[in-house]
Amino acid sequence: MTERYAESLTIEGVSTGYRDRRIIDGLTLPPFAPGEVVSLIGPNAAGKTTLLRALAGLLPAEGSVRLGERELMGVSLESRARLVTYMPQSLPQRVALTVLEAVIGAERASAVDRTEATRDAIVGRAMDVIERVGIAHLAMAGLDHLSGGQRQLASLAQALVRTPRVLLLDEPISALDLHYQLKVMKLVRALSRERGMIIVMVLHDLAIAARWSDRVVVLSGGTVAADGPPAAAITPEVLAKVYKVTARVHSQPAGLHIDIEDTLPL
Amino acid sequence: MTDSPAATTVTREAAVLAYGEALRRRTAIVVGLGVLCLVAFALDISTGPSALPLRDVWAGLFNPDALTPPQVTIIRDVRLPYALMAILVGAALSLAGAEMQTILNNPLASPFTLGVSSAASFGAALAIVLGLSLPFIPPDWMVPLNAFIAAFASVLLLEALARSRAAGVEGVVLFGIALVFTFNALVALLQFVASQEALSQLVFWGMGSLTRATWSNLTVLAVVLLAVVPFSLRSAHAMTALRLGEDRARSFGIDIARLRFLSLLRISALAATAVAFVGTIGFIGLVGPHIARLMLGEDHRFLLPASMLTGALVMSLASVVSKVLVPGALLPVGIVTSMIGVPVFLLLILRRPERV
Repeated sequence: MTERYAESLTIEGVSTGYRDRRIIDGLTLPPFAPGEVVSLIGPNAAGKTTLLRALAGLLPAEGSVRLGERELMGVSLESRARLVTYMPQSLPQRVALTVLEAVIGAERASAVDRTEATRDAIVGRAMDVIERVGIAHLAMAGLDHLSGGQRQLASLAQALVRTPRVLLLDEPISALDLHYQLKVMKLVRALSRERGMIIVMVLHDLAIAARWSDRVVVLSGGTVAADGPPAAAITPEVLAKVYKVTARVHSQPAGLHIDIEDTLPL
Repeated sequence: MTDSPAATTVTREAAVLAYGEALRRRTAIVVGLGVLCLVAFALDISTGPSALPLRDVWAGLFNPDALTPPQVTIIRDVRLPYALMAILVGAALSLAGAEMQTILNNPLASPFTLGVSSAASFGAALAIVLGLSLPFIPPDWMVPLNAFIAAFASVLLLEALARSRAAGVEGVVLFGIALVFTFNALVALLQFVASQEALSQLVFWGMGSLTRATWSNLTVLAVVLLAVVPFSLRSAHAMTALRLGEDRARSFGIDIARLRFLSLLRISALAATAVAFVGTIGFIGLVGPHIARLMLGEDHRFLLPASMLTGALVMSLASVVSKVLVPGALLPVGIVTSMIGVPVFLLLILRRPERV
């Protein structure tokens, strides 16, 4: 489409957490390549959302997060927001804004580029992403009249309109039906391929993570339990260790076939 | 869904048109509210215990020679400042309420319901009883300044509470009620120790009233409003984004801590100045923004100015009602706004169960 991004995202020695407890301590990962779709998986309280929020600059953190040569730690939220966008899990329910207004608001909140645009251009860009996530028919509907799934798509459109280089998605498909789950995954992959956007998403569904990611990072207790292509990261051993389940995993042309068989004692 | 290009184009153009239409409609509503304010203002200056028809009022403003000196005095020094004060106080309190509701993410927030007005009246009372003065600060500014300091302290407390996870939306309101009781008790204590002269001034805060509007008071309030409004409007985009969640807004590059702090400064300045001159007038800051939100939604570029206008309108009409409700008597306008405000407040509480 337009410019293709070519910087990788490097995470080195990142420590973060909340006031009274540290969740992640000195996490280092091999760089995320431009255009890579990365899934973060792991049990509850593994630190997945915490890591995303730290990467977005929403949590105080130590260590180094670099995009290409640019250090993101310590730069202002505004400069960081030009490169990185975080999509939280939920969009508030009772807000008297239309989908289109919310998306325009997301772009205008802080200038993505400094050039002043005409209203038609702004509305046009917003409608582009609204169409891409498949809710053009809801553009003028109020957020307070949408279902949970529709709000999630509106929320995704808000993140996309900022054309970030790094897109951080916190359970982007948790409220969606099968059709839209696939649609969003296809969209995510297309964006990464077209623009070289790095996409890091927290997912709960292992099969979807395996099918649609280039790389899977398994977190457990704030540390990396496995990291690599889906077939290398999602193995019976890892699942047993991290989720305490027995499973069989078969490689298939369309991805991994994962059979969860039983729970293991905790 | 809409994968065929033709269908897509139609939807898109329709959306662009609909958005333009929505913007025009909102602009029209804001202009309409402005006109209604002017009408209410005209109504306000032409009602009062001394029967003066609108024609005489007009003459009193622009052609004073046509009337007797007492009539001119009534119009120029009583009715006009009262009516202007109603407009300015309504606008100030309602803008403060609109910002508070967004910043604290609490539909029940307003200077009155959360105790900011009570704090301000305590600050004002303190300045009067102790006869505080500072070099280089004119006496007219001393009472509002002290009201502002107290109001700002209370707003900082409220904000700290709203951010701690322990208190939900209701918790903040309960804390606000506790603030109301506390400051009312402190004002009562001041009344107890106050001189006779100061006491008569203090009693006036018990019920908000426009009867102390003077031209110098009006000037101070107008200056504060003019200083605050541009900054409010400049943060409209950021406030709209904040409505979609704090993490999201920050991820869009908005410095929420700074936005909050500056907004709280504005809220304190508006509430404190209003309270210093007219006492605690309840519920305008609650009712105004809710009317505006129902009409225009939450795009703050429209919500903030519309809130000012709805606040001014309600206040102006309340002032009219306060003059005609009991023939021959001038009710304190705070009584009228409470009669309007309490049902709205209850309705808002009862309507909220689905939100956590």
